[in-house]
Amino acid sequence: MKLSLIKVGNGCRLGKIKNLGKTRDHTMDIPGCLLYTKTGSAPHLTHHTLHNIHRLPAMAQLTLSSLAEHHEVLTEYKEGVGKFIGMPESLLYCSLHDPVSPCPAGYVTNKSVSVWGAGGRVEMTASKFMAIQQALQPDWFQCLSDGEASCAEVTSIKRARKSVDRSLLFLDSCLQLQEKSEVLQKSLIIGVIEGGDVMEERLRSARETAKRPVGGFLLDGFQGNLMATEIGLHLLSSVTAELPEDKPRLICGVSRPDEVLECVERGVDLFESFFPYQVTERGCALTFSFDFQPNPEETLWQQNGTQEEIKYLDQTEKIKTTDCTQEMTSFEINLKEKNQ
Amino acid sequence: MAAAANPASLESAPRILRLVAECGHSRARAGELRLPHGTVATPVFMPVGTQATMKGITAEQLDALGCRICLGNTYHLGLRPGPELIQKAHGLHGFMNWSHNLLTDSGGFQMVSLVSLSEVTEEGVRFRSPYDGAVSLLSPEKSVEIQNALGSDIIMQLDDVVSSTVTGPRVEEAMYRSIRWLDRCIAAHRQPDKQNLFAIIQGGLDADLRATCLEEMTKRDVPGFAIGGLSGGESKGQFWRMVALSTSRLPKDKPRYLMGVGYATDLVVCVALGCDMFDCVFPTRTARFGSALVPTGNLQLKKKQYEKDFSPIDPECTCPTCQKHSRAFLHALLHSDNTAALHHLTVHNIAYQLQLMSAVRASIVEKRFPDFVRNFMNTMYGDPTLYPPWATEALASVGITLG
Repeated sequence: MKLSLIKVGNGCRLGKIKNLGKTRDHTMDIPGCLLYTKTGSAPHLTHHTLHNIHRLPAMAQLTLSSLAEHHEVLTEYKEGVGKFIGMPESLLYCSLHDPVSPCPAGYVTNKSVSVWGAGGRVEMTASKFMAIQQALQPDWFQCLSDGEASCAEVTSIKRARKSVDRSLLFLDSCLQLQEKSEVLQKSLIIGVIEGGDVMEERLRSARETAKRPVGGFLLDGFQGNLMATEIGLHLLSSVTAELPEDKPRLICGVSRPDEVLECVERGVDLFESFFPYQVTERGCALTFSFDFQPNPEETLWQQNGTQEEIKYLDQTEKIKTTDCTQEMTSFEINLKEKNQ
Repeated sequence: MAAAANPASLESAPRILRLVAECGHSRARAGELRLPHGTVATPVFMPVGTQATMKGITAEQLDALGCRICLGNTYHLGLRPGPELIQKAHGLHGFMNWSHNLLTDSGGFQMVSLVSLSEVTEEGVRFRSPYDGAVSLLSPEKSVEIQNALGSDIIMQLDDVVSSTVTGPRVEEAMYRSIRWLDRCIAAHRQPDKQNLFAIIQGGLDADLRATCLEEMTKRDVPGFAIGGLSGGESKGQFWRMVALSTSRLPKDKPRYLMGVGYATDLVVCVALGCDMFDCVFPTRTARFGSALVPTGNLQLKKKQYEKDFSPIDPECTCPTCQKHSRAFLHALLHSDNTAALHHLTVHNIAYQLQLMSAVRASIVEKRFPDFVRNFMNTMYGDPTLYPPWATEALASVGITLG
């Protein structure tokens, strides 16, 4: 795998990742996104309807939370999850959790992490986790990690430290197990940067993880409240500054267009794409424009006073209608409203 | 071509059915329906879409499966979004983005199924809208007006539908009223050159009433006939006898549409009895419960036995689901909250029905329909002692002996 940067500026990275996949001949653009799936399928869509969409992401995101319980089936199947789900040609990244359904906190121990599937909790030690990955055979997978430092309202330094320590231990165990597995030689482990909102721990996590032979980095714990604050954004820049340039940076739990742009400006390369699913579930349709004007001043002059460009960089309007109890954003319209 | 016309015949309704082949033994026929939105091979199974969409499948997917006619539901569409809006969207075809044929029903059947909302009088059916509680009257004239606005290729008369489990004077009342309503529909129909109005034979399970209805309705100048009032709670023994009676008295050169049928065995038997067109919610509804239709019956894919079954639903099936996915994957998907599983099954089940009809038709054209039927029954039931007696009787009545 080779990441080549074409351009870097304003904190943003533009580039290509080449030689991807088992056959080493796939390419991905960065910044880029991953196709969101649930139990190995795009939500609501069959292969036929999915492929009516142009420019699908080259890499799909699978979640261990939806697949761990099918471990036995996949082991017996032998040919890997890509073929099992009917996506043999696609690049696959396996994350621990589903970004849409937060999992209950309090189940990470020094020895194990749990995920929640349709059938309930699946507890995984490093060896069980790697056994499952052996059955899945994804191209990339998020390493077993402790993401709970960010679950509490305020992270204690102690808890932040623990999340970093545990995640590094898990990483070292998994790397060791990977060496012994022939099947997993072609898969890349993505190291997970933890540390809650504690700068010191975040930097430690970044530096230590970067010392390991990982394929890339997942910035965990920046979803939700942390993203909305200046402190969180500053933390993000500080973390990416510590990471090597030639490996991809993924972030989880961030999918809204405005948040994605903020992260791109702070050195993040790859994103999950669950936002369209959330919009769908509340009966809304995405309608935002993402045209860019090379000469914004001139364009603003031409429009009759409305400032379209600035609109979407504003804070999200919290629009509550009677039909839509979830938070709508300014990127969508509610199709159930009579005036649509 | 249709038989030489009686020189004294006053009929001017278009002959939309061209017979291509007839089974030498049974009453089965293969033909072509010539409709405004293209030709349809018969016998044909028509998938059902409520509210202008096939649940779980897009118009494009339905087209890709080879479907050339499907059903739109007047009761739901007439209320919401309403005919004015649909006319603005260039009719139901435009609204659904469906370029092939559409058949709409009158809205009458929903009256039976949602009977707590309705009251039948000579005027029409008075009912309370489930959407906004407003009281409306669905008269024969109103039903035809709505269907004219929808622009479907085949429209159905408003009939006075009575459940097949009802007995007594109500059945007779409904039969005669349906004849009067047929005449009112014919009179109200503004687009006979663009839309084909079908009559619906009623009479419940009473042979005399049904015979009367047949005699009267066949005097009317309509392009096709539906056999209604069956496929409810009646016994299969009564069911097939009423179908056979109906086909024996309906003109050969017009299509026979058996409403609400259904299951694979019923389709095959009723083709043998002389029916050309069928509709049923069964394949799409059963898909949404995780059931896949196969030549041997059905597979309840949520069951543990399919957990590690890496073969497709049906290795002979050419649908996209069977081309790409295993029973094991669908099993896993069915146990998740991703609705894609249901869409995969809907696609397969419709494909199954359409492929079944294709195979039936080919066997009629190739003069081997009785063998096809024997093969079908054997595959479906295995041992002849397990064949449903009603099916054996029905087939025997038209010259096909089993086992």
